[in-house]
Amino acid sequence: MSQIELINISKSYDKQKDVLNSINLSIEEGEFFVLVGPSGSGKSTLLRMIAGLEEISGGFLKINGQTMNHLPPKDRNLSMVFQNYALYPHLTVQENILFGLKGRKIDKKEQQRRLNEAAEMLGIQELLKRKPRELSGGQRQRVALGRTVVSHAPLCLMDEPLSNLDAKLRAHMRVEIRRLQKRLGLTMIYVTHDQVEAMTMGDRIMVLNDGQIQQVGEPITLYNEPVNLFVASFIGSPKINVGNAVFSENGKYLIVENQLHIPVDPSVFCHIPRDRNLKVGIRSEHLMPGISKKENLHYLEAVNIEQLGNETSIAFELGSELWTAKWPGQWKIDLGQKVSVQIMPEFLLFFDADSGNLIKSAELGKSQGAVSV
Amino acid sequence: MMLSMRKKIVFYVLLIISALLLAGPAIMAIVMSFMTNQDILTGRLPTAFTIDNYIAAFDRLPLLQFLFNSLIVSIVIMLGQLILSSLAAYAFVFLEFKGRDFLFYLFIATMMVPFEASVIPNFHIIRDLNWIDTYAGLTVPFFATTFGTFLLRQNFKQIPKELREASLIAGMGDFKFFLTVVLPVSRTSLVTLGIYGFLTSWNMYLWPLLASTNDTVRTIQIGLKQLQTQEQLNQWGVIMAGAVIVIIPTLILLFLGQKKLQKGLTEGAVK
Repeated sequence: MSQIELINISKSYDKQKDVLNSINLSIEEGEFFVLVGPSGSGKSTLLRMIAGLEEISGGFLKINGQTMNHLPPKDRNLSMVFQNYALYPHLTVQENILFGLKGRKIDKKEQQRRLNEAAEMLGIQELLKRKPRELSGGQRQRVALGRTVVSHAPLCLMDEPLSNLDAKLRAHMRVEIRRLQKRLGLTMIYVTHDQVEAMTMGDRIMVLNDGQIQQVGEPITLYNEPVNLFVASFIGSPKINVGNAVFSENGKYLIVENQLHIPVDPSVFCHIPRDRNLKVGIRSEHLMPGISKKENLHYLEAVNIEQLGNETSIAFELGSELWTAKWPGQWKIDLGQKVSVQIMPEFLLFFDADSGNLIKSAELGKSQGAVSV
Repeated sequence: MMLSMRKKIVFYVLLIISALLLAGPAIMAIVMSFMTNQDILTGRLPTAFTIDNYIAAFDRLPLLQFLFNSLIVSIVIMLGQLILSSLAAYAFVFLEFKGRDFLFYLFIATMMVPFEASVIPNFHIIRDLNWIDTYAGLTVPFFATTFGTFLLRQNFKQIPKELREASLIAGMGDFKFFLTVVLPVSRTSLVTLGIYGFLTSWNMYLWPLLASTNDTVRTIQIGLKQLQTQEQLNQWGVIMAGAVIVIIPTLILLFLGQKKLQKGLTEGAVK
């Protein structure tokens, strides 16, 4: 059963232009749903509307089949974790965690039981008597999560909860939040601007830009079959390589950025319209080192090399664009060196240059089955 | 900071001189309060130590009654100011209503109206309410303070909005949030405003003079003035003894609350 339904939700401030525009969405029970988009895309606003902190200008919000548009936040039976954690500075960790329960008239024993359970789950038993200012960022984050755990609310909203942490801790907390969500069976709506967080945590992702839904789907679908250029370049790191492309006059080559001549293979190119402006995209792992096979080799000038140890990231100049390749292992390449790169037409994604919409996704390079023993 | 010996000496000499300049009158008053009248009028250095002046001061006027009145008036004004300005500041920060900012600027603008200009209308009001010679008449006109509201508003503004939102989700009403979160978090500013309010009302002169006609509710500052004018020849020793009694509570409060007072006042001033 779908737990949350947004029907034609929109938001505008002072009758100005819409910040959010007819959002239709349904979120299943127990799902980890990620809202992702650049800053100003309206994702936090949407979350706050679900929480009841922001008024809904149009449309309906349903939770468990009931319309919630005008219900105050406390009656929506949800918990929320804020970017700055919203811990009360004058209260101890214990009081902070139990803060929400005090208002709900839950008896002392039950409160204590839930507190112990949450503290154990999050590993903060020793911190219960401390004040928030005596805690590190990661510990504060855990306390904020503790509130969610004790509330026993089936729905949890998180607004960029990891953006104040350093990179290592962030990676660690990602795993913890995800495990917590599965363990408690929470329905989670998680807002972030970080596509890595979105990809790694979400069961489903919604990409938002300028108040419009761009695409909703599983992370891997968004990666493999982005519906438009925005989603393609937003999801994935490093960014997808994009270039303008036209067919040569005789139709034998696809010319990318006036430089690359890719021979047209009818089996790959059959559905591509010849008369339109195109953009092609290719993921950095598909710009492969040109050693194994002889076909589809191109020589590109390396303008930057990053050695990461387990892989090497090489930037090539291609017309006005900078393309990045990610090669496994360590490669010794000099700046300015012409490097042979294999570009298989099967890996190309085609977009309409005017509308930005996807025409055709890559044929190869999708998931491979793991060998199970 | 490391200073050379010479610089140090210069610094300290200057500091001592300015300290004497500032504290001189107070020290003189304290010394004079223990001198005989003869010594004072002849301008000699004290030859005898006496507490007769204090006895005389308490004898001549109901000083204890005045002190008590002052205490009542100051405490009531302090509490009234704290309650009203914290509530008003809460509204200006956490409640959203049309014209809030305009109202606030209007509020701030009243700071430019000097107290003396509002004395007469205020007097008319308390006279019509029959509040002359009552504690109410002495205190109520000072409950609403722009300065206090402004100070607390600046302080409340530093409380993250998320705290309010988290409490909304927890199902907490405005008043409970005000009591359990806002007030404890801004303790420092409340103490500052409290001390400030207490001291200003303790030292008030003009209004108690107007609003009281007899000794029942008269405050100590007026009493002090009475010491001076009761006779042709002023007994300076007695007056000084009275003055010393008056400044004692001020000094106690200042010593106790100096740190907090400073912190609170500058906290509000930063933003």
